[in-house]
Amino acid sequence: MRPVYVAGFAELPHLLQDNLLDEPEMVQRVTAAALADAGLGRDDVGFTCSGSNDYVMGRPFSFATALDGLGAWPPIRESHVEMDGAWALYEAWVRLQHGDVDVALAYGFGKSSLGSVEAVRTLELDPYSLAPLGIGPLPLAALQARALLDAGLATEADFAAVVERSRRDGNRNHTAPMTEAMSAAHALTLPYISSPLRGHDGPVRTDGAAAIVLSTEPVGPRIAGISHCIDAHQPGFRDLTVSRSIATAAAAAGGTSGVDVVELHVEYSSQEGIVLRALGLDSSVSVSPSGGALVANTPMVAGLCRIGHAANAVRGGAKRALAHATSGPLLQHNLICILEPA
Amino acid sequence: MELTSPFTLEYAYKRSLGPVLSRFFTALRDGRLEGVRTATGRVLFPPLEYDPDTGEDVGEPVEVGPGGVVTAWTAAPPPGEAWVLVRLDGADTAMLHRFTGDPASLETGLRVTARLAEQRVGFITDIAGFEVEA
Amino acid sequence: MSDDPVTRFKAPVRLDYTVTAGSVTADFLREILKGRLVGRRCPDCRCVYLPPRSACPTCGVITTEQIEVGPNGTVTTFSVIRFPFEGQVLEPPYACAHVLVDGTDTPLLHIVGNCDVDDMRMGMRVRAVWAEELKPTLASVRYFEPNGEPDVTYDSFSGHV
Repeated sequence: MRPVYVAGFAELPHLLQDNLLDEPEMVQRVTAAALADAGLGRDDVGFTCSGSNDYVMGRPFSFATALDGLGAWPPIRESHVEMDGAWALYEAWVRLQHGDVDVALAYGFGKSSLGSVEAVRTLELDPYSLAPLGIGPLPLAALQARALLDAGLATEADFAAVVERSRRDGNRNHTAPMTEAMSAAHALTLPYISSPLRGHDGPVRTDGAAAIVLSTEPVGPRIAGISHCIDAHQPGFRDLTVSRSIATAAAAAGGTSGVDVVELHVEYSSQEGIVLRALGLDSSVSVSPSGGALVANTPMVAGLCRIGHAANAVRGGAKRALAHATSGPLLQHNLICILEPA
Repeated sequence: MELTSPFTLEYAYKRSLGPVLSRFFTALRDGRLEGVRTATGRVLFPPLEYDPDTGEDVGEPVEVGPGGVVTAWTAAPPPGEAWVLVRLDGADTAMLHRFTGDPASLETGLRVTARLAEQRVGFITDIAGFEVEA
Repeated sequence: MSDDPVTRFKAPVRLDYTVTAGSVTADFLREILKGRLVGRRCPDCRCVYLPPRSACPTCGVITTEQIEVGPNGTVTTFSVIRFPFEGQVLEPPYACAHVLVDGTDTPLLHIVGNCDVDDMRMGMRVRAVWAEELKPTLASVRYFEPNGEPDVTYDSFSGHV
């Protein structure tokens, strides 16, 4: 494989309210900032890939509108995935393997504030036997949390501890929104929204954008391995307490030996333990020091941000950082990207 | 001043079913719960066109239920909704559906039964929900 | 109940949003409420976009400058609409046209009214006709109509067709 390095990363602040930037303006600001972080210009980029979702943005071809922000006329080499920007980065990494392009740009953007991300997630379920039932993502995650409790693999106190740590770390991260500090003990006194999950076990949904510049020059953390795998869609067709796709993707990305920092795309506090166990890691590693996707959950962006924050961890001295991105219901589809010093 | 406008995105899709799901929904309309058997002998319910473990085509229909066992559940505070994953008798997988009984009775391992809607049209809501087995 | 096999079902999708204009389009629509058309200029290539674009698609930079344009313009190309459809503003036949509003570099898709469709010409000069009640929408310009000025030559707008 051709070595690929993270040359630059930028994210807009993840805001609880509409940031009042249209798609081109979000994309222009975040890609310009990532290129500045990389010390590169627009003309250095040989391939660009975006991740976004028209259902989230409430607008057909929102990704095409957004291209204005790149200066995409006359046409440039670009592509799009209707997925989190982490998968746009994967496509950019594959494109760099072709050998004829040396710098690639991946970005994602999304707004939770325009509509209902919950309603979009419901529509993304199997259209024959799941979507017509109208189950939202929180009760769906609650079924998984119940399976964990029944299997003796977690307690509600474990879920609450994830919330306490995520909020504490998120409030130190200037790009994450400020959230009310919550001790695990207090969290456990609050009512269930859909048992055994409480409101704070779910994500803080935000608006924002993120971009990463990849280069074949050793100017930043090296992508030591990247892979993605998928499980069966139907929640009743798999053991919800484990993630085979995470374990398979992590092995394909080179394994987790020596990993000291992980940035996990966990949307419900109950899922963190599943991801860590699938990775063969425990809380002795630094888990989501950015605060993670629980406290800054911008749709189509949160996964890409995990890779950016893992790269930042390597820039800050980590020896081997692992980023995880997820898509689909209950950790169905998972991407693992492992970063090491160049 | 922030300018906002309500907007509704609507698509009037119709979905065709293909042979496996057509058989499933026809049987459901007629009051029967039918899974499918895979080449490895597992019974999938609700049926898929392929074995998710191998990608192979699935085989003949197998009648399952209407009784089954709760493998996971969740309930919102009343009058909110309750949901169950139920492995129907004769099936190796669980189906997700509403629990329409008393949520206070819910526990993993609970025996439940599918309650069929009186007016059935060949749609997943022809199962109105699950309730505690008598 | 039917005995026919079930082969399809209706699977409608419905999602509700509160869309926001974004600050650049909001500025444009606020000026519409005052009966003014404003475009947005690229600081690099000086191109003026109408409707305004928040970023220049050629230069990839934020368009910073808002400038008043029009109300006159030039028809760069047109098509005559001869069939009725839902939501139509004018009685057919009428022309929809690309109007290069004076002071801009990008033609605006709009309607030409008060004009026999057989008299429509590339290069004809038109002006914006405003609705009686102005709302924050481009439909506050009801249509463009001939303004009586002589036609301009194709060469004068050929870079914008």
